[in-house]
Amino acid sequence: MKKTLPLLAVCAAFILPVQAHAGGEQIKIVGSSTVYPFITVAAEEFGNSTDFKTPIVEATGTGGGFKLFCSGLGEMYPDISNASRAIKKGEEELCAKNGVKDITEIKIGFDGIVLANTKEIDRYSLTKEQLFLALAKQIPSEGKLINNPNKNWSDIDPSLPNVKIEVYGPPSTSGTRDAFVELVMEPNCKDLPEFKAAFADKKIRKKVCHLLREDGHYIEAGENDNLIVQKLQSNPKALGIFGFSFLEQNGDIVQGSIISGTEPTFDNISDGSYGISRSLYAYVKDDNIGKTSGLQQFISELVSDEAAGEYGYLSEKGLIPLPINELTIMQRRVKSLVDQSVTK
Amino acid sequence: MIKLFERRRRITMQRIKKKKSPFIYKSYSKKPKHTWLRKRKAAERRFRFVGFIAIVISSLFLISLAWNIFSSGRSAFIETQIELPITFQADLIEKKAYRTIIQNALLDVFPDVNTRKEKRLLFVLVSRNAPYELKKIIEKNPELIGTKKDIWVLASSAVSIFYKQRLLEESKRIGNINVVQSAWITLLSQSKRMRTAFNFAFFTNGDSREAEQAGVLVSVIGSFMTILICVLMAFPLGVATAIYLEEFAPKNWFTDFIEININNLAAVPSIIFGLLGLSIYLNFFGVPRSSSLVGGMVLALLILPVIVISTRNALQTVPSSIRFAAAALGATPTQVVFHHILIYALPGIMTGVILGVARAFGETAPLLMIGMVAFIADVPKSFSDPATTLPVQVYLWANNPELGFVEKTAAAIMVLLGVMVLINLLAVYIRRRYEIKW
Repeated sequence: MKKTLPLLAVCAAFILPVQAHAGGEQIKIVGSSTVYPFITVAAEEFGNSTDFKTPIVEATGTGGGFKLFCSGLGEMYPDISNASRAIKKGEEELCAKNGVKDITEIKIGFDGIVLANTKEIDRYSLTKEQLFLALAKQIPSEGKLINNPNKNWSDIDPSLPNVKIEVYGPPSTSGTRDAFVELVMEPNCKDLPEFKAAFADKKIRKKVCHLLREDGHYIEAGENDNLIVQKLQSNPKALGIFGFSFLEQNGDIVQGSIISGTEPTFDNISDGSYGISRSLYAYVKDDNIGKTSGLQQFISELVSDEAAGEYGYLSEKGLIPLPINELTIMQRRVKSLVDQSVTK
Repeated sequence: MIKLFERRRRITMQRIKKKKSPFIYKSYSKKPKHTWLRKRKAAERRFRFVGFIAIVISSLFLISLAWNIFSSGRSAFIETQIELPITFQADLIEKKAYRTIIQNALLDVFPDVNTRKEKRLLFVLVSRNAPYELKKIIEKNPELIGTKKDIWVLASSAVSIFYKQRLLEESKRIGNINVVQSAWITLLSQSKRMRTAFNFAFFTNGDSREAEQAGVLVSVIGSFMTILICVLMAFPLGVATAIYLEEFAPKNWFTDFIEININNLAAVPSIIFGLLGLSIYLNFFGVPRSSSLVGGMVLALLILPVIVISTRNALQTVPSSIRFAAAALGATPTQVVFHHILIYALPGIMTGVILGVARAFGETAPLLMIGMVAFIADVPKSFSDPATTLPVQVYLWANNPELGFVEKTAAAIMVLLGVMVLINLLAVYIRRRYEIKW
C-alpha cells in the first residue's frame, strides 16, 4: 500500500491540471493544408512579437477543418478554420446547428496551381482545353463519349511534343485536386453537347466532369507536393501539379508550364491573368473574439500590410497577396469585428 | 603455397582421368559417399547461401537508407552566420524596431542598394527571426545601446544552403538564390563576413517556419511526456490483465474470447486507435485536444496488447516448480504471484514494455486524429498543454515547401533513429543482464 500511494499522487497530478485548465488562452487554428504554410508563419511571427502564446495550427484539410470548427462554441473547439475554398452551405448549416451562428470570412490571398516539369527539357505551353483532353476520363469523339484514347501529347495537337502524357498530381482527397478539376476540367466539359446528352442532370454531369483518367497517364502521387517535385526530377518527361509556393522554392530544378499563353509568375497570378488560381480564406468565430486571448490581435496581424500586403512576409513565403482595395476591405472587416466585440 | 595448388591440380586431373568425381570429400571414413548424402549436403549449402544472400540484400537496403538520411541530414547540423556592423540606436530600440536595426546594418554593408526590389532581395539574406535574437542580446547586454558593434546573425536557410553547397559541398541543390544575391554572398564571404558554426539551435529551439531556426526540442519533450503517460497507463493495466488472465482467470469461453480479442488487437491498424481516442477521450471525456495526455492515452491503447502478450509469455517461462515450492510453504496464490513469479518474470516483462514503447515512440497515424499533428512552437509546460512528437515533426517538415526543410527532415529522422537505437539497446541490456535461464 505504501508503494501505491506515490503512484496515486502522480496520477492525480496529471489529472488535476486538466480540470484547472481554464481554456481560451491559446488560439486554435485548423483547416486547409494549403493555407498551413502561410498561417503558421503569421502564427510564429505573432508568438514572437507579442506576449501571447503561439497559436496552434493543425493541417486537417479544408473539409476536416470545418467539421471541427463547426462542432460547437467554447474553448474546446477551434477559433479559426482555414480554407482553400469558400465555406459550403452544408457546412454553414452544421455550424448553425451547433450554435456557431456568426462567422466572419477573411480572404488572405491567392494560390496558383501550376503544371511543372524539369528544366532539362523545354517548357510546355498548353491550353486548358488541351489539358482537359489529356486528363479527362471520357472525352467526346464523333458525337459520342469514349474513354480517353490520347496516349501522347501530339495525339491532342500535332504542335505538341510527341511525348507520352504523364502527369503526377494529388489524390482526390486533396483541395488542390478539387481546385484543379473545378478550374480546368469543369469549364471545358460541362457545356459540351456530348456530355449534356449523356448526363442530363447537372449534378451528375458535374461529377463526371471531375473524373480524371485512371489508365496510368494521370498518376496520383500523394498529398506531399515535395514528393511530386522529386518524381519530376527522376522522370523528366512528366508534368506535375502542385501549388505555386513549391514552384518558387524549387525554381532551380522545375519550371511552370505556360497555361493559355500565361506563365505562372507572381505578378500574373496576382493580377488574375493566370487561369488556375484560387482564393485562400480564414474563417473566424465572432463569439470567440474577446474570449480567446490574443484572437483579435492575431486576425488584425493576419490582414496587416506587414503580413498580407504586397511586400508582406506572407508573400515572401509564396502567398499571392490580395489587390490593395480588397485588402483594405478585409482590414475594415476585421476592424469592425474587433470594435464590435469591444463595445459588447 | 603454389606447390600445394600444383599437387591439388595433379590429383584432380588423375581423378578425372579415372572417371571419378573431381571433388574430393574429406570424410572420416574412406568408404565412397552415397549420392543421397551428397544431395543433402548440397541442399544444406544451398540454403545457407540463400540465407546469407538475404541478409546481404537487407543490409544493403539498410545501409543505403541510412546513408541517404545521413548524407542529406548532416548539413542540418551546420548553420551559416553573417557578421553585421550593428548600430544600437537608442531610439530604434525603444520603438522595438529590431528589424529596422538589422536592415540598416545590411544597408551599411551594401550602401549602393537603393530600389525597393533590391532591398527586398537583400533583407531576405538574414533569417526572419534574427531581430528576436538581437532583442535577446540587447536585453542581456544593455550597455550596448548607443554603441556600434559587429554581431554574427543567423543567415536565412536559402543563403545557408547556397553557401554550404559552394564552399563545403554539403548540399546538392542551390535553391532559389538569384544572381544578384549570389554576388552579395560572394562579397560577404570574401570580406570574411560569413562563417559556419555548429547548429546548437537545432536542439534548443522548437518548431519554426524558418528552416534555419527550426529545432526538435519541443517535439522531443512532447515525445517523452507522451511516452511517460503511455507507460504509466499501459504498464499497470497491461501487467495486471496478463497476471489475471494467466494465473487466476478460470478457463472458459469468456476468457478465451478475451484472449482472442487481445491477440487481434495487436494487429489493428494504429489509426483505428486514433479514431477511438477522438470519440472516447476527446468527445466523451473532454480531455484537452492536442495534449500529451490524450496522446499518451491513445498510445497506451496501442501498446496494451503488446504488453499483455509479452507479460503472459514471460509468466509462462517461469517453471512450475517455483509455484509449487511457494505454495507448499503456505503462500496464498496472490503471494505466489507477487512474491515469486512476477519477480522472475520481470526482465521479460520489461523487455516487452520497452519494445512496446519503441513502437509507440514512432507512431504518427493515431496522433493525427487527436490533433497532435500540428504546428506547435511553445514548449509544453503541463500534460494538458498542446504537444507534438518527434515522428510528427518529421512528417510536418517533410511537407513544408522550403528547401531548407529537406535537411532538417533528415536530421530529425537521425535523432529519431538514435533514440530508437537507445531504447532497443536498453531492452537488450535488460534481457542480458537480468534474464534467468531455467
